[in-house]
Amino acid sequence: MFLLTHLWIILALPLLGSAINGLFGKAFSKLLVNTFAVGSVALSFVAAAEAVREFFLLAPSQIPFVKSYFTWLMGGEATAHPFRVDFALQIDQLTVVMLMVVTFVGMLIHIYSTGYMAHEDGYYRFFCYLNLFMFFMLTLVTGANLIVMFVGWEGVGLCSYLLIGFYFLKKSAVDAGKKAFIVTRIGDFGFTVGILMVFATFGTVTFGEIFPQVGSISTPVLTTICLLLFTGAIGKSAQLPLYVWLPDAMEGPTPVSALIHAATMVTAGVYMVARMNPLFSRAPVAMLVVGIVGAITVFYSATIGLVQTDIKKVLAYSTVSQLGYMFLACGVGAYASGIFHLMTHAFFKGLLFLAAGSVIHAMGGEQDMMKMGGLRKKIPVTYWTMLIATLAIAGIPGFAGYFSKDAILEAAQSGPHANLILWLLGVAGALLTSFYMFRLVFLTFFGAPRYDEHKVHVHESPKNMTVPLIILAFLSIFGGWFAAPKLIGGTDYFESFLAPVFASSAPIADMAAEPTEALTPAMSLLHALVSWPVAVGILGLLVAWYFYIKRPDIPKKMAQSAHGLYLLLLNKYYVDEIYAALIVRPLLWISTNVLWHVVDEGAIDGVVNGTATVARGSGSELRKIQSGNLRSYAAWVILGAVGFTALLFGLLGVAH
Amino acid sequence: MSAIPISWYLVLSAVLFGLGVVAFVFKRHIITIFMSIELMLNAVNLAFVAFARARGALDGLVFVFFVIVVAAAESAVGLAIVIMLAQNRQSMNVERENLLKL
Repeated sequence: MFLLTHLWIILALPLLGSAINGLFGKAFSKLLVNTFAVGSVALSFVAAAEAVREFFLLAPSQIPFVKSYFTWLMGGEATAHPFRVDFALQIDQLTVVMLMVVTFVGMLIHIYSTGYMAHEDGYYRFFCYLNLFMFFMLTLVTGANLIVMFVGWEGVGLCSYLLIGFYFLKKSAVDAGKKAFIVTRIGDFGFTVGILMVFATFGTVTFGEIFPQVGSISTPVLTTICLLLFTGAIGKSAQLPLYVWLPDAMEGPTPVSALIHAATMVTAGVYMVARMNPLFSRAPVAMLVVGIVGAITVFYSATIGLVQTDIKKVLAYSTVSQLGYMFLACGVGAYASGIFHLMTHAFFKGLLFLAAGSVIHAMGGEQDMMKMGGLRKKIPVTYWTMLIATLAIAGIPGFAGYFSKDAILEAAQSGPHANLILWLLGVAGALLTSFYMFRLVFLTFFGAPRYDEHKVHVHESPKNMTVPLIILAFLSIFGGWFAAPKLIGGTDYFESFLAPVFASSAPIADMAAEPTEALTPAMSLLHALVSWPVAVGILGLLVAWYFYIKRPDIPKKMAQSAHGLYLLLLNKYYVDEIYAALIVRPLLWISTNVLWHVVDEGAIDGVVNGTATVARGSGSELRKIQSGNLRSYAAWVILGAVGFTALLFGLLGVAH
Repeated sequence: MSAIPISWYLVLSAVLFGLGVVAFVFKRHIITIFMSIELMLNAVNLAFVAFARARGALDGLVFVFFVIVVAAAESAVGLAIVIMLAQNRQSMNVERENLLKL
């Protein structure tokens, strides 16, 4: 019970590592920086594992296990609605999943970074930020109320900003960092208002006190709250229409893309929606919006991924698309499947990014897939691990991604909130996903080399980079096998593990009670394997193989015959340009032409200059009175006396 | 928590505010001056929060939020001016910013 009551230790370790490296790292050797950075996260993982072990010993009545450490914010005790926020952490099944994913994947990526960043300047600064990120991410997933969660939420945003702009002498990196920060801030505005509305409605921000009250709140209020909270998720998890920052965020070092912009931070929105599921499940309209946004994002960003040639950009759009699946899952009420996909995605997408980093490392910094090719034999470990991750994301049976994606699409097809259109978009997205991922693999690892072999000395990455790849590849296969018994008609262990968290959202008619057990194990296996997601996954593979191995001339021809569409996709639907035209440029125009030239120069400077002009003008006019001529003074005195007398008698009527 | 009497907070607030005033008057580096303004604002915030806490009321906290928001806006404008100064005058010393002097 020690670590359960001291959950803060899990958070404090990376914070300590960050502080040590940040304050003294400049003087440290790389080995010492590594020791503190990787050591703190590894210890954090061990602590989290121990906490999880203790968690399994708890009785169901003790879950969620909440521990309040101190009262952080307190106000208005004398009023009817006191505001009180404890610094409280909690652990339940959902937190267990997130804790393990974040600490374990985080640890692997820290190890990988020691190899990837070995030749970079600002080595200690990188690990200071990365450790700080771990602290905030763990705060986000363990917080027992919305405010503590919000601290983590904003903290990871800050670290994301710092790490995207890590190469701060490069203008594009700095701009990308600012873009990420500002765009997510738009979403966070909605989130903040949502939190305030939660407090106004429930009188508390603590999860354990909100959820029992939801039954007594009217649906429109819940819908508004959910939509506001979801706005935050849209920004953080890069969904339409606020996804534009994520592709640009690829300016950061590749381990950052893997950890923050694929495996953990961007999934915070999904976590938050899943965490608030008692609210969402009572707001059908909000759920539908979540599902629609997710499904459209799945399809939309997958189409952009089809034509990108930058290896990291393909993965970035793929991430946006996969996050869409998680929201699609939440939207059709399959929260457990969404979290399942979150976990498997952390494994295979983290792996894809790390492997892409390994490719980039091997190519000496080249990111354009058109300048790669034939790398299969030269970097075999990277090739095999990346192939496994690709099979996983394409949803090929047996790999982790198959189980989670299939569960989501099944829920969209036949679950309690099934929606045929969402399902269709999901399946179409699965086809595109499979195609663009195999396109990436074929372009990178197959065919003839398209780079100068005399200049680029392709070499396999060092051990500290390949070992994390191999571990993640292992997880990309077996990480989904919790759900494997379901294939032969058994239980999905992942879903049943998370069931208590989503119990209040479960439909009244229990799904397990449906007569599915009529199928024999062999029949249900057949049923699971002969399904649309699997079919389109394999179809995508075959089409990619035909296009990029068998007949490499086809893609070019297609690009020419459908030139308009090709350009539209290549330029990402011109969304950046549209936003620039609709929002950025009008703002700049108003700033320049109204606020600057009219308000600032006209009104504010006008007042200042006007005051000076009046003072000077009146001074120079009044000066003329002081002529030094005695007779004119006497004339003024007489004039004054006459005037005064006239005033007294004429206007005030003293004569009467 | 409530064992700490309000006077302690007020003394701390006063000390912080005093430090801010002194720094504001004597420092020459524009960023330091900026920070001393922030220090004074936060000293006042502390007093607000202390009173709100002692009275069990919310209005003091609301005031603090306003102060924070206004301070954020002020920082944004102020830092923009600082950057322009640094770019145009290559100096962060306020004594050198004397173009408007006679």
